[in-house]
Amino acid sequence: MQQANRLRPFFENITFDRDDNELILNFGPQHPSAHGQLRLMLHLQQEQITKAHPDIGYLHRGMEKMAENMIYNEFMPTTDRMDYIASSSNNYGFALAVEKLIGLDVPRRAKVIRMMLLETNRLMSHLFWLATTALDIGAMTVFLFAFREREYLMDLIEDYCGARLTHAAIRIGGVPLDLPDNFIADLRKFLDKLPENIKDYEDLLDTNRIWLMRMENVGVISTEMALSWGCSGVMLRASGVEWDIRKEEPYELYDEVDFNVPVSDKGDNYARYKLYMAEMRESAKILYQVIDMYEGTEPALMAHAPQYISAPKIDIMTQNYSLMQHFVLVTQGMRPPVGEVYIATESPKGELGFYINSQGGAYPYRLKLRAPSFWHTGILTDLLPGHYIPDVVSIIGTTNIVFGEVDR
Amino acid sequence: MRAYTPKDDVQKKPYYTDRYWVAPQVAKSDVSEDAVFAADLEAIKAKFDVLDAYIQVGQMVVVINAVDNFSVIEMMKNVLAYNQLSEMSAIDWLASEGKFEIFYQMLSMSKRKRVRIKCKIGEKESIQSVEKLFRSADWSEREMYDMFGVVVNNHPFMKRILMPDDWEGFPLRKTYPLQGDEFAQWYEVDKIFGKEAREIIGPENRDPARIDRYDTERFARLGHEVPHGTDISQGEPDTPLCYQENDGVFMIEKFDAEKSVVISDRHR
Repeated sequence: MQQANRLRPFFENITFDRDDNELILNFGPQHPSAHGQLRLMLHLQQEQITKAHPDIGYLHRGMEKMAENMIYNEFMPTTDRMDYIASSSNNYGFALAVEKLIGLDVPRRAKVIRMMLLETNRLMSHLFWLATTALDIGAMTVFLFAFREREYLMDLIEDYCGARLTHAAIRIGGVPLDLPDNFIADLRKFLDKLPENIKDYEDLLDTNRIWLMRMENVGVISTEMALSWGCSGVMLRASGVEWDIRKEEPYELYDEVDFNVPVSDKGDNYARYKLYMAEMRESAKILYQVIDMYEGTEPALMAHAPQYISAPKIDIMTQNYSLMQHFVLVTQGMRPPVGEVYIATESPKGELGFYINSQGGAYPYRLKLRAPSFWHTGILTDLLPGHYIPDVVSIIGTTNIVFGEVDR
Repeated sequence: MRAYTPKDDVQKKPYYTDRYWVAPQVAKSDVSEDAVFAADLEAIKAKFDVLDAYIQVGQMVVVINAVDNFSVIEMMKNVLAYNQLSEMSAIDWLASEGKFEIFYQMLSMSKRKRVRIKCKIGEKESIQSVEKLFRSADWSEREMYDMFGVVVNNHPFMKRILMPDDWEGFPLRKTYPLQGDEFAQWYEVDKIFGKEAREIIGPENRDPARIDRYDTERFARLGHEVPHGTDISQGEPDTPLCYQENDGVFMIEKFDAEKSVVISDRHR
């Protein structure tokens, strides 16, 4: 016989007896267009929102706590689970922060491969954004088109590292593998086709009457608001601030490639949509340049720093000292110097920062993950009031939040 | 005798450290080396006490008194053009000095510079909210309270953000174990089924790597097959290993040591 338990149904969505007409609507946490486990408590006057309370934490796994109990290399696969749409960019942010802490310089070929991975991830993330947002608005065709292209990119990444979603494709000190033989040819094939694909999406959406009604002048974020809420990435650039960390504080080889930073001063959903499309074109431009850089680089993939980084496999297998050092690094972990570092990188979602406080131990004393989506969710508090219920869906869509990153 | 583990910091520690090992330091350079930072520091120093200031990995770190936090950040924003508060949180130093360290990571887009403002407060002390200056601090301060229990004054909505509202304990403190404390292992049982169901259900297993040797509900052991859920803590029966090929599968035979031949001449 089934035991009666404490889980009794109750009508938390609707409060019945109130003096005014205010209705409290509970949006999520299981809502297809909440893009994850977002619960929004919306106070409504008719269909207009008067107050919004985003409630997060449904995907909280305590990554910062986990980081304090893991050696540095052990934490790398955990970073995949932050922004799982573009996991290499998280791997990279963490690797870069640790490298800055140690003071490592990465070989040029590793830099080139990292750039390829980062920009491929950006494309994957933007395609995914386009697909899901369009689906939320009702544009099924765009969803199918964009997923087709994303699938191609995922296959490419799979060729490189064997994983499709959680790549862990970057190591502290370099990259684990060289590119497979077909990688560059396949990437070039994809890039050659990409402009046509983007044109397809734009033909479907740019002047689409429904798309325009849902996007134009909806979710307008002013410059002050974007700055005050700590917005970054497209959210900031759509509000008229020209700030791209790749350009302003270049890391890897971003100072050697030529690309533009698309900016808009409209601040609405449509502006963000246009920026995502423009960024995809810029990413393709960067990738073409990076492909050309690959030829003629030295074959080294990992930095040489015996105290922190294991020697190449061939040395480990043939030389006693390399094997001993590898054993110590795997079992006990590297011990970066005492100090702290905050490194921000431009992930597809915005400014992804890693603050590491090291006390010279094998485990970080404190690791703070600055995930852009956290504040892009917070801004909904101020952004939603005044809008109508259907706008909630399109606004959440264009904020491009990922809950692995919000809750960490 | 069991090794002593300190109770004020239960995070994982390396099991071996060379006794002569001295940790190297990340280089700190003087603020005067960077003209922009030097000017900013002068402006702060003119109005507030600065306990320490240096440049580390390209960013200036300024240590101030905790009472000045709001006014310093107000000055950073309005006078020195640091227009974003990228990040803020706390670090738990309760074990070593009984204090929390609060850091504010700020960004100036016009100067392309990042500055970290730091201050320390005691465990029972609270700090002034900077939410009036940067809305992003709204959620950051809530997260800081949620994770460390640092109380923030003048915050509009001081409430837990990631953990449930009725949670007890502050997860990112060094005294809080990785797998959660006793409250955590009963939280869901109490909440869903009630305290009276504790004995039936038992505490939640919060260690994903834990394997209970006597657990016959989730684990089966070859050679000791028992019905699901049997109690084997008092001993378990041996069950014979059966192979499909016992009845004879083409080309496959079960190994029999007596029938086997030992080859002594490897060039036979």
